[in-house]
Amino acid sequence: MKEERKKHLLNLALWTWSWVATLAIATFGPKFIWDDHTVLTTFAILTNLINGVLMILANRKLFNHYDELERKIHLESLALTLGLTVIVGLTYSLTDQVNLIPFDAEIGILVGFISLTYMITLLINRKRYS
Amino acid sequence: MKNRVRELRKLKGLTQEQLAEFIGVSRQTINAIEKEKFDPSLPTAFKMSKLFDKPIEDFFLFEEKY
Repeated sequence: MKEERKKHLLNLALWTWSWVATLAIATFGPKFIWDDHTVLTTFAILTNLINGVLMILANRKLFNHYDELERKIHLESLALTLGLTVIVGLTYSLTDQVNLIPFDAEIGILVGFISLTYMITLLINRKRYS
Repeated sequence: MKNRVRELRKLKGLTQEQLAEFIGVSRQTINAIEKEKFDPSLPTAFKMSKLFDKPIEDFFLFEEKY
């Protein structure tokens, strides 16, 4: 079980890192590497998109390898993260629309919020069942 | 749900890690079951029943709440 878990974790880590790398290439490539070449930019974006799908499939495989308690912990954390993201995300967007914040509401902030919320709720849930 | 998993595991001379390996779950799951913080699924309960050689109701004690 442990060996298989390691294999799934490594697989997910590899797809995640390559997704981050292809995202960086697709973001900065047009300006710094290939001087806004449309075909290369489209190729970089498609590569990143396909990489993202493969990362999700690797995550699904890992999730299906979890035992019943681990799944419960992750599901509770995901449910809380989803709920909080919808509420906080819409409030954040609203504050931008009514000009309560002096900057544009960036999606990056929301992604950071999702990561942080998921990590915190995961830690709390793990503690609850330990 | 109250249970006698820790008692039966010790009678069998198994560690939490070994029981987890037999059942196919993590050690944390066995620990949570023994501390009565988590009720296992039916397949897990049946695997324990087979290992301990006892019917499920001998070590999982159902308490009616209503």
